[in-house]
Amino acid sequence: MRFGVVVFPGTWSDCDFHYVVSEVLHQPVRYVWHRERDLSELDCVILPGGFSYGDYLRAGAVAGRSPVVEALRDFVGRGGLVLGSCNGFQILCEAGLLPGVLTRNECLQYRCQSTHLVVENADTFFTRGLRVGQVLTMPISHGEGKYHADAETLARLKRDNLIAFRYATAEGKVTKASNPNGSLDNIAGIVNPEGTVLGMMPHPERASETVMGGTDGLLMFQSLLGSLVEDGSFLKR
Amino acid sequence: MKVRVLVRLKPGIMDVQGAAVKRALAGLGFSEIADLRIGKVIELELDDATPDARARVGEMCRQLLANPILEDFTIETLADLAPREVAR
Repeated sequence: MRFGVVVFPGTWSDCDFHYVVSEVLHQPVRYVWHRERDLSELDCVILPGGFSYGDYLRAGAVAGRSPVVEALRDFVGRGGLVLGSCNGFQILCEAGLLPGVLTRNECLQYRCQSTHLVVENADTFFTRGLRVGQVLTMPISHGEGKYHADAETLARLKRDNLIAFRYATAEGKVTKASNPNGSLDNIAGIVNPEGTVLGMMPHPERASETVMGGTDGLLMFQSLLGSLVEDGSFLKR
Repeated sequence: MKVRVLVRLKPGIMDVQGAAVKRALAGLGFSEIADLRIGKVIELELDDATPDARARVGEMCRQLLANPILEDFTIETLADLAPREVAR
């Protein structure tokens, strides 16, 4: 499976993702510069965290209109897989590839801490190795991670089972106290209806080795690889 | 041609920055503020020959300057702008 890790000016989690894919998963991976438009040889594109273009105007706003993200629309249309974490989630929302928007944390603080996530949808390429109700531990690191969407969009997310993860307690209970940023309905990550584009504020790449304090992030990468091997569609090329 | 775009959070969207600034002002003794919301001012200078300048700027707002989920925008051309009070 061939991975691409997108690098914008101001991206900071690119090396971490590259490391996990190449050194932990042992999969081919290359960096993709933000001006590139050809993603044809890739199976999965990762939009890492950081502050793309300084997050000027709004977080992810400028990156959401960049050449590589324009190319990403075709890539998604062809069934390519996209994982956006942190700033990557903000970019996917600004680009309209996922619904809603990320706004400033309700607490006004930049939150850099461990969080518990309860799995809401185990039927996506990224979560197939998990089970609904399973609790994952992953760090967050952001100032603008409060998910917002209008009532109609929220109803659609629930009806179509598009919420992937919600912030919860260690026991998997979704509570106000376990919500680190004031996100609507404790939403930490969502997917598109096809289950091929996933955006999340937490950092799976920072929870993929025991030495980093946990390996729950690796479960997502393993889901990805497992589902592709089972499905086989990406291996036939 | 000078154009000024005002981007504001829609009514009903919680403005946490505005709430924090309101608290800060209250701390300075300005307790009379019932509500305070923060927006953005974007000033553009367009080529005078730009046809349909207002429509073009509207398109800029829809494509990049404002996020329609969160924000409303208003467009003022120079003719709309009253002389500004000079801050002291």
